[in-house]
Amino acid sequence: MFFPISNSHISPIYLAVVGFLIGVLGGFFGVGGSFIAGPALRAMGVDWNFAVGTDLAHIVGKSVVAAKRHRALGNVDLKLGLIMALGTIGGAECGAQLIQMLKRAGNVNLVVSVVSIAVYLSISTFMIWESRKTLISKKGRLPRGKVTGAKTKQDPSAFSHVTRAIQRLKIWPMIELPASGVRGISLWIILLVAFVGGLFSGFLGGGAGYIRMPSMVYVLGIPTHLAVGTDLFEIIISASYGTFSHAIKGNVDILIALVMHTGAAIGAQIGAISTQYFAGPKIRLAFVPLPLIGAAIVIYTLMTGHKL
Amino acid sequence: MKAATTRTLRAFAIELAIYAVLVVGYFFLVLHFLGGWLYQLEIHHRYTYAGVAILLIIGQAVVLENVTTLLLRIIRGRSE
Repeated sequence: MFFPISNSHISPIYLAVVGFLIGVLGGFFGVGGSFIAGPALRAMGVDWNFAVGTDLAHIVGKSVVAAKRHRALGNVDLKLGLIMALGTIGGAECGAQLIQMLKRAGNVNLVVSVVSIAVYLSISTFMIWESRKTLISKKGRLPRGKVTGAKTKQDPSAFSHVTRAIQRLKIWPMIELPASGVRGISLWIILLVAFVGGLFSGFLGGGAGYIRMPSMVYVLGIPTHLAVGTDLFEIIISASYGTFSHAIKGNVDILIALVMHTGAAIGAQIGAISTQYFAGPKIRLAFVPLPLIGAAIVIYTLMTGHKL
Repeated sequence: MKAATTRTLRAFAIELAIYAVLVVGYFFLVLHFLGGWLYQLEIHHRYTYAGVAILLIIGQAVVLENVTTLLLRIIRGRSE
């Protein structure tokens, strides 16, 4: 099939299958999946700028489907998602400015690569340690079966003492997040978490769900299922902003995004429904390979000079 | 348990087949007619194209989500 906007020939079946895989991952983990979509589009000869912009457009559609499904399962905190969207957009703009500064300094590739490898490896190492420790402890072993309703809120974590200390910080204004079971937390902490996620999104590319989802669990104390659903809702807003920004620069082939999304729509639902069958610590443990794949792609790019 | 799994898998396979037929129809009808118009829009009216792109992807997401939910309800409702 010929896509005139990006001037490329790609099989629609290939796009739908890639979309399906990213949809499953996105629905289950609350990530955008740009570390797969970008290389998958590049492999078909799509220019890098189109791969980035088109991926963002596809993320919007996939997140709408997955977030709707998560909302039906009671896994979306709208109030938290809207607050986080503000911080993410601000952070993404600062990240993009940082990239421009590094470009002018002439060492953007090395700095971005080293920072991203360090971030990806740190997240994976920390999450392996935390989720294994939680699963080994008594409180980590939740009853078998579907994780719905009140059970969803019971999300033990070996890091919960730090989370509670963060929630006790009384920095005005304090807000309550009843949907997430958080009695009080400073608005500034939420904005800071979102800002850091956005900063990495603008700095490293993609939606940065690999940073935001764990941050929501460990820093804000949001149960894993709600963190996944709320992250997807937040991604709709921030990725729409990114899509618009890229589209006016001529970096979006919406036809490719629409075809990819036909696969993602069904994959995202399967991923979202599957979260019911796993407890929070198990989802976090299964999340670990994602940042590692990201790190492997960056290391490959750094060693070979070929951008995937 | 095994019977339930078989039932779920069969329902999923039927759902996937119906969905695939719908999607192929969608490729040939909608995208074929939209392609030329979107290409012209992207060249001459970037801001309008950006807005239309977001509306299209969100619109498609809502429609496909409703289609899959309906399929799920019809097929699983009958098989279970």
